[in-house]
Amino acid sequence: MADFSPPDSAVTHLPFRRRRAIPGFGLTLGITLSYLSLIVLIPLAGVFVKASGLGFEGLLHTLGSPRVLASLKLTFGSALVAALFNAFFGLLIAWVFVRYCFPGKRIFDAFIDLPFALPTAVAGIALTSLYGPNGWIGSLLSPLGIQVAYSPLGVIVAMTFISLPFVVRTVEPVLAEAERELEEAAATLGAGRWVTIRRVIFPTVLPALLTGAALAFARAVGEYGSIIFIAGNIPMVSEITPLLIIIKLEEFDYAGATAIAAAMLTLSFVLLLAVNILQAWTRRSARR
Amino acid sequence: MSILEDKSLQDPPAIPAIFHGGPLIQTNAAITEPAWVRWLLIAIALGFLSLFLLLPLAAVFTEALRDGFGTYLTALKEPDAYSALKLTLLAAAIAVPLNLVFGVAAAWCISKFEFRGKQLLISLIDLPFSVSPVVAGLVYVLIFGAQGWAGSWFAEHDIKVIFAVPGIALATIFVTFPFIARELIPLMQEQGTDDEQAALTLGATGFKTFWRVTLPNIKWGLLYGVLLCNARAFGEFGAVSVVSGHIRGQTNTLPLHIEILYNEYAFAAAFAVASLLAGLALITLLLKSLLEWRYADQLAASRRH
Repeated sequence: MADFSPPDSAVTHLPFRRRRAIPGFGLTLGITLSYLSLIVLIPLAGVFVKASGLGFEGLLHTLGSPRVLASLKLTFGSALVAALFNAFFGLLIAWVFVRYCFPGKRIFDAFIDLPFALPTAVAGIALTSLYGPNGWIGSLLSPLGIQVAYSPLGVIVAMTFISLPFVVRTVEPVLAEAERELEEAAATLGAGRWVTIRRVIFPTVLPALLTGAALAFARAVGEYGSIIFIAGNIPMVSEITPLLIIIKLEEFDYAGATAIAAAMLTLSFVLLLAVNILQAWTRRSARR
Repeated sequence: MSILEDKSLQDPPAIPAIFHGGPLIQTNAAITEPAWVRWLLIAIALGFLSLFLLLPLAAVFTEALRDGFGTYLTALKEPDAYSALKLTLLAAAIAVPLNLVFGVAAAWCISKFEFRGKQLLISLIDLPFSVSPVVAGLVYVLIFGAQGWAGSWFAEHDIKVIFAVPGIALATIFVTFPFIARELIPLMQEQGTDDEQAALTLGATGFKTFWRVTLPNIKWGLLYGVLLCNARAFGEFGAVSVVSGHIRGQTNTLPLHIEILYNEYAFAAAFAVASLLAGLALITLLLKSLLEWRYADQLAASRRH
């Protein structure tokens, strides 16, 4: 794939492209594929090559160890909870921002993207200070016996924060383009508001909602910076998988780090595939 | 054409203003909720956003100024903080222009031409978004590290990649890879090729067509992508943390400097440096929103809200 950068003249004869008057196909596709291969594809392929060198036994030895299993359970479980949490509130927020008018709407709307703009380390220490035993929120929760910082709950809070915009931003455009006529028709036909929302609006936004939740899940699973501060990183309790990769690297256990990374990458590919299928579904249902 | 699709049979077109600042459609009670439900939902949404977004942001600035303004300034003037800032700027200055050239090239070939495997190419460009930053850092350690494939070659030629600036730049490039491309691709796909074809017919060269016709068309979208790319380049933590080696004053970026200060219990200093990055995030959000409000029609459709 890397050497696929033929000169312009050769490209015009390739059967897979229709002839166009616009120049630069060979040049731009060449740049794109070379850069993509050098920065992303070849390095990522390297992980799999290295992991396959470990053999099945070697992979199983690393991935089957109790500490890795505990971290995988924590990471995936928390990411799932955070994604579900964000699916619910994201849908609600998208609905409120698309359908209603209220003071301060523009400012709040701009702030929704804060988790994308705020460096994760900053988010991490901010959340830790908020939810720590002496923090604004932590001091309210600790009398109730709820400990957020330095526990699995903290992992969920950090994951919810960093994946918050995904559902809102994928659902918003679909909701905005949903045809009001269908709702009017439903109302005319005697459907109550709740029935209309459940039977007319919800099916329209469902593909976008699932796409957003899948994106949020993928982001949460891979997240590192904001979590390590609040999680406390207690082995077997609040230690996330990306942190384990770093710990293995610091112990010069490259094989172990690679095995875990290969497992996480495989999951990334599966999620990417799922998101693509969901997006195709979104486009199809939007066209209908 | 069905009756539903025939625009002439419909009422005036759906009001686009329902999105921002437009009038709430209250006239038709059948397709909205009772007022108390509306206000309850608005309260829940804003409460959730305040709790999860505004409160952490407020915490950064409060903690930064807890020990007074003098301590705050001292933390920022420290030489280690200064060299971390320089390295962060350098990494962004390498990553953003490279990804800019790539983004424009990728958007050009994807939006102006039809070829097989295009959808796959778009998915692959998005790939770095779904890869954990830690894994992104690891892949470069596996290649360029002391035990890596290319490690011995680079060691022989006395070139340091890992635990040095090139590794940090590479990691930053990886995590900010898709930002500009994914901003430009939908925008340029919408714009089609009519303008370019007109220019070419009139005798403009390919480069001139790009410079004088395409670039003015995409400039705001381009700026939007650069803005997001830059914000991420400044704030990247996981990937850079793996390749940096955490050498104070040498291979520490601002986010890594925050981590070191925090782990040394220098909380006020950690939050002081954090407030710098939070300020940058706020500026990014402000500019991004300004672009969305002013130049909505010149951004990709998905940004027009």
